[in-house]
Amino acid sequence: MSTAQIKRTDWSGFLFILPYLVIFITMIVIPLFWGINLSFQKADLFGPGEFVGFENYARLFNNKIFLQTVGNTFYFVLLTVPVLVVIGLGLALALNKEAPLQNVLRGIFFSSTILSVTVVTLIWRIIFIPNDGLMANIFTQFGWEPIAFLSDPDWSLISVAIATIWWCLGLPMMLFVAALQQIPKDLYEAASIDGANKMQSFLFITLPSLYKTIVLVTIIQIVMQFQLFGQALLMTQGGPNNTSRSIVMFIYDAGFRRWDIGSAAAASQILFLLILIAAMAQFIVTRKKGEQI
Amino acid sequence: MTLSKVDSQLSASPMAPETTFGRIVRFVTGNVGLMTLMILLSLLMLAPALWTIGLSLKSNEELMMGTDAVFSFPYTLKNYLDIFENSHVFGWLVNSLIVSGGMTFGVLAMSSLAGYAFARLEFPFRRTLFVIILMGLAVPEQAVIIARHQIFSELGLHNTHLGLMLPGMSMPFGVFLMTQFFKAVPKEIDEAAMLDHASRLQIFWKVLLPLTLPAQATLGILTFLQSWNDYFWPLISATDQDMFTLTVGIASSQQNFAQSEGLGFLASQAIFSALPIIIVYVIFQKHIVTAVAGGAVKQ
Repeated sequence: MSTAQIKRTDWSGFLFILPYLVIFITMIVIPLFWGINLSFQKADLFGPGEFVGFENYARLFNNKIFLQTVGNTFYFVLLTVPVLVVIGLGLALALNKEAPLQNVLRGIFFSSTILSVTVVTLIWRIIFIPNDGLMANIFTQFGWEPIAFLSDPDWSLISVAIATIWWCLGLPMMLFVAALQQIPKDLYEAASIDGANKMQSFLFITLPSLYKTIVLVTIIQIVMQFQLFGQALLMTQGGPNNTSRSIVMFIYDAGFRRWDIGSAAAASQILFLLILIAAMAQFIVTRKKGEQI
Repeated sequence: MTLSKVDSQLSASPMAPETTFGRIVRFVTGNVGLMTLMILLSLLMLAPALWTIGLSLKSNEELMMGTDAVFSFPYTLKNYLDIFENSHVFGWLVNSLIVSGGMTFGVLAMSSLAGYAFARLEFPFRRTLFVIILMGLAVPEQAVIIARHQIFSELGLHNTHLGLMLPGMSMPFGVFLMTQFFKAVPKEIDEAAMLDHASRLQIFWKVLLPLTLPAQATLGILTFLQSWNDYFWPLISATDQDMFTLTVGIASSQQNFAQSEGLGFLASQAIFSALPIIIVYVIFQKHIVTAVAGGAVKQ
C-alpha cells in the first residue's frame, strides 16, 4: 500500500449523509436564514423589497393585536402547563404498576394524544355547543346558567385550554411513569425499615428522584403549548375580539392571509427566540442527566 | 366510647384515631379505592369521545329536537354512509396515506444512511456536521415556514404530494436516533463482516440494518403519526381541495359548522377520520407509547 493511498481523504462516508444533508439544508438552513433576512425587509406577496432594518419589529411592538397574541399565548401556557404536569404526575403515581388494569387505564388516558387536532377540536366544539352540547346539558341538569364557552371573551381561551389538556395529558403521564419505574425499589424498602410512612417516602424519595423529569416535562410542555395554533384556529378562529388568538395564529394571518410577509417573518423570529430559550433550558437539563450526545 | 374502641380495633393503622376524613384518604390511597377512582376518571376521559360516537349514530333530524335523544333508540349508520357519498373524503384518505407513507419511508432511509455514517465512518467535517444537524432540533416549524412557503412556490411544489412530504423529512430527530442506535451495535460485528470481504454498503445493508429494526419501528411510528396528524404545513401548502390530507379536509368541511344542524354528520366525520389511527393504536399501543415518549424528550 503506498503512502498516497493511506493519506487520501476518504469522502465515501460523506455520500451516506448527502441525501439527508440536502434536505436539511433546503428545508431548514436556507429557510431559517431567508426568514431572518425577510424580517428585515419590506416584503409582500411579490417577494422582498428593500432593507428596512428593525422596522418590522418596531411595527409589531406597536401593534396592539400582536401584543395581545403574545399575552394570550403566555396566558394559555399558564392555563395548560401546570395542570398538565400535575395531572400527568398524579395519573403516573396512581397507575405506575405493571398490571393489566393499570395498563388498560394508562392506554385510555394516553389515547387522546394520538388524535389529530381536527378530531380533537371537532369533538370539543360539539361538546361546547351553547344549547345542546354535553356541557350545556350538564349545566342544565344542575340548574346552572349555561356558558357560551367558545363565544364568551372570558371563556374562549379557557375552553381551548380544556380541550388541549384533554388532548395532551397522555405524554406527561407516560414520561412520569418511565421515570418512576427507574427509581430503585430498595430505596423504598430501606425507608420502610427505618419506619418511614407512605407520605414520607413520597416526599423524600419519589419527589427528589422525579425532580429532573418534572423540570423536563414542564419545559417540553411549555415549548409545545407555546405553539398553540390548530385548536384556537378551529375552535374559535381566535375570537371573540382576538381573545383566543395566539402568536402562531398571528403569523399565519399576517403571512398567508394578509400577505404582510415582513411582519409575519419578524413575528416568527420573536417566537423562535422565545422557544430557543426554553430549548436551551431543556438541553441543559437533559445533558445534566449524564447523557452524551 | 365503645364505638370508637371498635373502630380503632378494626382500623388497619391504630396509631392515630380515625376521622371520617382520614378514612376517605386511606380509602383513596388504598388500592381498591384508588382504582375505583381511576376507573371513574378514565370514564370522564372517554366521555367526550363516547358522546361524539353517540351523536354520530343518531339521525340529524332527531338531534335537532334535542341531544338527549342520544340515550334512546333508534340508532342508525346513515351519517357514516353519507360520508362515503362525499367523494372528497376518500381522496383525502389516499392523500394522507401517500404523504405519511412516503414521508416515513424517506425519513427511515435517509436517517439510517446518515446514522450509520455518523456512527461508523470517518470523513471530513463529521463532528461539525453532526453538531449543526443537532442544532436543527431547536428550530421550530414556525420559524422557517414563511420562507419555506416562498421557496416551494418558486419550485412549484405546492399542491403536490412531494411538497407535502419534504418538510417533514428534514426532522433531525431521526438522524440523532439512528446514530445513537448504530453506535450501540458492537464494532466486532462490522470487523467480522470485514474479514469476509464484505463492502461497506453490504455491511450496512445486510449486517447492521437488520439489527436496527427496533429503532426503525420507533422512528417509523413517530414519523407516520406526526405526518398523519400534521395540520399547519398541509393547510398552507395544499390549497387545492383535491390535494387536501384527511386532517385538513375534515377541518375544511366543518367550516359551515351550524349549531345543531347536521350534528350527527359532524360527529360521524370526527369518528371516521379518527378510526384509522385508533385501529393502529389498539394494535401497536406499546410501540406507539414508547415512540412518542422517546420522541418528546429529544425534540
